Amino acid sequence: MPGITREEVAHLARLSRLELKPEELDHFAEQLDVIIGAVARVSEVAGQDVPPTSHPLPLTNVMRADEVRPSLTPEQALSGAPAAEEQRFRVPQILGED
Amino acid sequence: MTDLIRTPIIKWGAAETASAIAKGEVSAVEVAQAHLDRIEAVDKKVNAFLHVDTEGALNAAKAVDEKRAKGEELGPLAGVPLALKDVFTTKGIPTTCGSKMLEGWIPPYDATLTTRLKDAGVVILGKTNMDEFAMGSSTENSAYGPTGNPWDLTRIPGGSGGGSAAALAAFEAPLAIGTDTGGSIRQPGAVTGTVGVKPTYGSVSRYGLVAFSSSLDQGGPCARTVLDAALLHEAIAGHDPLDSTSIDAPVPAVVEAAKMRDIRGMRIGVVKEFAGEGYQAGVMQRFNESVELLRELGAEVVEVSCPSFTLALPAYYLIAPSECSSNLARFDAMRYGLRVGDNGSRSAEEVTALTREAGFGDEVKRRIILGTYALSSGYYDAYYGSAQKVRTLISRDFDTAFAGVDVLVSPTTPTTAFPIGERADDPMAMYLADLCTIPSNLAGNAAMSLPVGLAPEDNLPVGLQIIAPAMADDRLYRVGGAVEAALNEKWGHTLLEEVPAL
Repeated sequence: MPGITREEVAHLARLSRLELKPEELDHFAEQLDVIIGAVARVSEVAGQDVPPTSHPLPLTNVMRADEVRPSLTPEQALSGAPAAEEQRFRVPQILGED
Repeated sequence: MTDLIRTPIIKWGAAETASAIAKGEVSAVEVAQAHLDRIEAVDKKVNAFLHVDTEGALNAAKAVDEKRAKGEELGPLAGVPLALKDVFTTKGIPTTCGSKMLEGWIPPYDATLTTRLKDAGVVILGKTNMDEFAMGSSTENSAYGPTGNPWDLTRIPGGSGGGSAAALAAFEAPLAIGTDTGGSIRQPGAVTGTVGVKPTYGSVSRYGLVAFSSSLDQGGPCARTVLDAALLHEAIAGHDPLDSTSIDAPVPAVVEAAKMRDIRGMRIGVVKEFAGEGYQAGVMQRFNESVELLRELGAEVVEVSCPSFTLALPAYYLIAPSECSSNLARFDAMRYGLRVGDNGSRSAEEVTALTREAGFGDEVKRRIILGTYALSSGYYDAYYGSAQKVRTLISRDFDTAFAGVDVLVSPTTPTTAFPIGERADDPMAMYLADLCTIPSNLAGNAAMSLPVGLAPEDNLPVGLQIIAPAMADDRLYRVGGAVEAALNEKWGHTLLEEVPAL
């Protein structure tokens, strides 16, 4: 089972939108390598013909009647927003310069 | 009630407190004030609370007193103070999950659990400290500083719900709420000498519980006695249409079971895999004595093998981080919570990445990266896929075991409370604290930790874990109630009467 390199950690951090500092990359790469070495033991069962479990309960769709019910007011929904404008969430530009 | 009058209010149990209020021997406001005073006096040392809601608590208590004055019937927990883990939303009251990401966030809505507590007349004193987003086993991962264990303030109170457990052991509240994803109710219960129950998955609503690992997270009761935990269990459990994984079935009769104090004829299995290397001698001594006690009380005890349990920890540390990496994607600095680096020139994506870097602590970052890794194409089958197979094997081990026994028992955690700092930057050592508690989360069944004495070598509490099949939560209380009664009789007092004064 492969370990994990600093470059892979940097790539995963980018995928997960974490702007890690260089010293964090060093530290996490070392720790994650140990953790992955330990959790890799699960691959002992990889070849076994066992169905996967994603959830402890059998899941079924839960439906309800399509009826209006009380919900948050716009003011409540925006109450935790870092920035709001014209009763909307104000966000930074979503398209980069390039 | 003459005994109660001699004992300070803060030492009363929840059942006694509710009964004294209902009889008019004390007002709910007096009870709330006594606990608020206690928090004021000791919480600088313990750091169990992230927020104390003095005004809200006194108003809730006053409402109970007014209800009583009007002759209205009070519920079995009316006027009883409670410490709420800061992972459940509370309308108008800060909810931080122990994270800088949500510092100062005031939710616009109550969790279903919060609503149920309020409807029961429970007095919410405040929000308790926890490992950030419930990831950890020591409460050291809180962005707001660690909580001390009232048995020894230089040691951890367990985690992630260390604040809730410490609040009980420090007599800051007779009841508390925790959440248990891999042991976060039971392990803090074990190391603080308190009772903690992870109900069957799906029996307590997750609506308004800030998600960490949705297929594992489960809210539950924390208390100083088995009966008090049962009363709280009954108040918070039950079907909720707002949680699509909520079980639509009656709550097992847990209060009745807690009062039975009779386990004659019950079949109890000792999990063979949870012993040996890494288990502290004093923990095993108290555990073995508990097993002997179960026999003396008339239970039939057998050894049971659950071979897949040895793979539970590795499977958990793939499944929980995978779900966490997805759940915590919601913290994107757009709609609520922290936002940093929004200087007018940066893109939303850059602001998100800078905010997550600033707002999350190390353990949360590690788990997000680990989960993203486990879910990556190329690794998915080997890691996440295999972990899901382990989950099936663990459920099968439980099914096989429960075909022959009513409940299983093991130590709750391999060691007593370790010193603050000892494992803080050693994730694998920290993860071992949840070795025995994780299988129940993976299978979704019910489990309790119950104090069974102090380890002779360090005089710190040891917990007995009792595990029951899904929706047989009442068996936990039946066994727990009987063991608790027998131990209290043997000691002549409860274990918490030995906790040092703060």
